[in-house]
Amino acid sequence: MAGDAILELRGVSKRFGSHAAVTGLNLGVERGEFFSLLGPSGCGKTTTLRMIAGFETPDEGEIRLNGSRIEALPPYRRSVNTVFQNYALFPHLTVRGNVEFGLRRMGRTGVDAQVRMVLDQVQLADKASRMPSELSGGERQRVALARALALEPDVLLLDEPLSALDPQLRKQVRTELKDLQKRVGVTFLFITHDQEEALSISDRIAVMNRGAVEQVGTPEEVYRRPKTRFVASFLGAMNWIGGVGLRPEALRISREVDARSRRGVVAGSVFLGSMVHVEMRLENGETCTAQIPHDAAMFRTGESVHVCWNEADELRLPE
Amino acid sequence: MRRLRRLFLAPGAVLLVLTLVAPLAIVCVYSLMTRGAYGGVERPFTLENYTRFWDPLYGAILWRSCWIAAVATALCLVLAFPLALFIARSGSRKNLYLSLVILPFWTSFLIRTYAWMFLLRDTGLINTVLQAVGVIHEPLPMLYNNGAVILGLVYGFLPFMVLPLYATLERMDPSLAEASADLGARPLQTLWRVTLPLCAPGIRAGSILVFVPCLGTYLTSDLLGGSKTILIGNLVQNQFTSARDWPFGAAASLALMAVAMVLLLAARRQGEEML
Repeated sequence: MAGDAILELRGVSKRFGSHAAVTGLNLGVERGEFFSLLGPSGCGKTTTLRMIAGFETPDEGEIRLNGSRIEALPPYRRSVNTVFQNYALFPHLTVRGNVEFGLRRMGRTGVDAQVRMVLDQVQLADKASRMPSELSGGERQRVALARALALEPDVLLLDEPLSALDPQLRKQVRTELKDLQKRVGVTFLFITHDQEEALSISDRIAVMNRGAVEQVGTPEEVYRRPKTRFVASFLGAMNWIGGVGLRPEALRISREVDARSRRGVVAGSVFLGSMVHVEMRLENGETCTAQIPHDAAMFRTGESVHVCWNEADELRLPE
Repeated sequence: MRRLRRLFLAPGAVLLVLTLVAPLAIVCVYSLMTRGAYGGVERPFTLENYTRFWDPLYGAILWRSCWIAAVATALCLVLAFPLALFIARSGSRKNLYLSLVILPFWTSFLIRTYAWMFLLRDTGLINTVLQAVGVIHEPLPMLYNNGAVILGLVYGFLPFMVLPLYATLERMDPSLAEASADLGARPLQTLWRVTLPLCAPGIRAGSILVFVPCLGTYLTSDLLGGSKTILIGNLVQNQFTSARDWPFGAAASLALMAVAMVLLLAARRQGEEML
């Protein structure tokens, strides 16, 4: 593990009754990075975040923040702050009241200046006197961010903060979030089940499955060199041809036999603008999808073809 | 559609007119008439029944009714809030606890008030036991005073405070309390800064539900307060029974209604300001 880990989890486990939510989880987040926890719902990523925030206590293992153990501290003694999935803005307080809440509770000085600064950072300075109910979804999300950033936490925890926004806004906010993180330099621990979101926004990603981390790496590493079948399938479409994993974009379609190819029949195609997805049924009954440029040679449904690929693109993964 | 609506509203409207509007009109008319020799009312019409309220005796009764109702409401609030919070956070046992809160309603209020008399009186359970153990030698005067009336009211109306408080607390998003802790608030600060303010509608509803009946109570004050603690409810009752002064009783009950209405409107206005 790198020496500059700001947040470390070692052997963390949490059970709820007979359900093991998190089992022996290890994780290291480095100072200043945008780190994502990616996994399907029920994989334990939210429980992990809640243990880091202090809303749940681990049954086993330790959590270190800046080298000191925090797993037994109550939330109000931890230098981490959370952006909640539903934002959890205080409905009885104005935007300013929400943002200064933490500063007042912690007895900080220079509250007004700090509130102004973080509201500027999220471009909400003109909405300081509004109530949360008078704001749009995107604005509420920014208030939640400002409120959590106001205390200058060591780590900012974000629990699927984009899931409540409509799809068009999500992509825009995603970029803004990344820019904000670079600007303020705070370590972000971002939770999501959306692989595209994680790939586009993160410095590093930990892919979680069934309560444990399966792989940690940069977006390119986890996408191009997945270590398990689960990681490979979860991070994007995957074809399994004879037990070998191949991304759709690694497949070519040809009328000629190649060094590495299979014979098949075109079952259908989907036009996606710049790309075409061609589905094929192979001789042994397996199906696969190739993603090819729209201006490549056209193939009719029912046509007999060869699916080809390069050895370098093969992913040989344990079951 | 319109006709259907009227059809459905009709039974309720008829009931309201017969049981509320008409009697209220009768009370209004009575309050402006002169008392008959053997009860009932006679002409001429007069405002004298209202001017009698300037008598300090009646002012004191009205004032006592108000402060006793206010103290009872405040005590209900202090007792009910932790209870409601506890029930709202007890997961699957919520319904059990709620039915326990409502359980006293299965017995008549009159009987339960009598039970308090048996507990509190000089030869009652508490005094007998304390004397038997030798803690006291003279019975404690626990019955027939303001304290006994307040006790009886708090006991009787506590569920009316618990239920609306529970309803608002139960609806509250648990992540708000988590957000508060996350931002550095200790549990008591969270209670004071987040939970209580968000509970304001429940506090208001519960306070009205407790204060208004407490203001007009006559049974509790009659049984537990004796002759020393006359409240406006007892005054009204007396005028229609032993005193046989129906017009003054009518005027007193309208005065009670007026006080309750003014306080209700004030509470509502404050509620609107908070929103």
